[in-house]
Amino acid sequence: MRILYPFLAILAVSLIAYLGGKVTGLQYLFGVVLPYLAFAVFIVGFVNRVLYWAKSPVPFRIPTTCGQGKSLDWINQDRLDCPNNKLEVIGRMLLEVFAFRSLFRNTKAEVHDGPKLVYGSSKWLWLFAILFHYSFLIVVIRHLRLFTEPVPSFVALTEFFDGILQIGAPTMYQTDVILLAAVAFLFLRRILSRHVKYISLAADYFPLFLIFAIALSGVLMRFYFRVDVIAIKQLTVGIATLSPVLPAGIHPIFFVHVLLVCILLVYFPFSKLMHMGGVFLSPTRNMSNNSRSVRHINPWNDPSIKPHSYAAYEDEFRDVMKEAGIPVEKE
Amino acid sequence: MYDAGKIIPGLIVFVGLMLFAIYYNVGNKIEDPKPEKPVGYTSCVLPLEEIRAEHMVLLNEWRDEVIREGKREKVEAGGKMYEKSLQNGCMHCHTSQEKFCDQCHKYASVNPYCWDCHVTPEYGKALGEAN
Repeated sequence: MRILYPFLAILAVSLIAYLGGKVTGLQYLFGVVLPYLAFAVFIVGFVNRVLYWAKSPVPFRIPTTCGQGKSLDWINQDRLDCPNNKLEVIGRMLLEVFAFRSLFRNTKAEVHDGPKLVYGSSKWLWLFAILFHYSFLIVVIRHLRLFTEPVPSFVALTEFFDGILQIGAPTMYQTDVILLAAVAFLFLRRILSRHVKYISLAADYFPLFLIFAIALSGVLMRFYFRVDVIAIKQLTVGIATLSPVLPAGIHPIFFVHVLLVCILLVYFPFSKLMHMGGVFLSPTRNMSNNSRSVRHINPWNDPSIKPHSYAAYEDEFRDVMKEAGIPVEKE
Repeated sequence: MYDAGKIIPGLIVFVGLMLFAIYYNVGNKIEDPKPEKPVGYTSCVLPLEEIRAEHMVLLNEWRDEVIREGKREKVEAGGKMYEKSLQNGCMHCHTSQEKFCDQCHKYASVNPYCWDCHVTPEYGKALGEAN
């Protein structure tokens, strides 16, 4: 059920969009109204979620320390894995955001005869995750060609390098292939590895199916249905310039692609996909481990409540304590 | 709210990136592409819809047939004979790269590598005169 329902949902949405994409009235809904709505939900929802997180106090230093912390001068500190100051934290965060360092440290536990528990390095998840994310980024940048006129040079350059193999006409993009392969791997990992399958929920499968369907519909548009790019750009540039037009003769597969993207945008702020913003707000990564050198004061301590030492406490309650038979330090 | 000094600028950068396409286009004059139609011809080697969608595939096929298999026989369409060639076939009617090909290609940011090897008839003529 956890796999079947998300799959059926994507299938149903695609079918609705394909059939609806043949009707002019629904074309306007799928091609203009929903994209605006979905984009607004995405931006507002994303900002809202980050602000909601920002309201949570993080009074304690809780970085995960994965190496030697700063100590005596003659003990080498592991600067990236146990950062002590802002600069080291920035280094740690940059590697986390751009190189997925935490995933790179992924290990696999296996029980061998003996019984013996063995931990081994497991880089496959890291490899396909990084391929997936960077391919997706490049695909998004390439799509700017449809929303900008004249097309900025960095978009044209990205396209050039993405199609540098010059295979076929229209040229194959490497990122299309890598993206589909990586999503397929991430899906297979969830169903073939027993441990991962056990903890996988519909909310894990749904985004995978959704992104796979988006990429697949995009590839089909380019290589199989051969949609009219000029008409589509008139629509998309119209959306970007806030003066939408709906040209005739757009193939329904385009509306499948767009509706799926709209669903992704709406789903994004309410799902695990928010790790895009969340990675920057991970307290276990973005805090320095300096609680031995800096005094941290709980920000919501009531200043009217003064420190109350044990000596003062005993002075206040000595008689009552004696009466109850509780030992006191000062008679 | 905590760490507003870092989170608010971060969110501004995020929204700024997301809205790139909207403010980038402000003030740009956007015109629909107008490929120039050849004089004296009303049909192409394929019907309009097909040639529009499939011309790159057709050109690739022609290239393979002519260069790799040596099949240079002409193509018949609508009672007319066309040469299997970009320069001598397509561009016999659509003489200008700038006024025909580039119109849509520029608009859709498509950069076919035809011109890595081919020259347009116009350019070839100019080259011949210069020599």
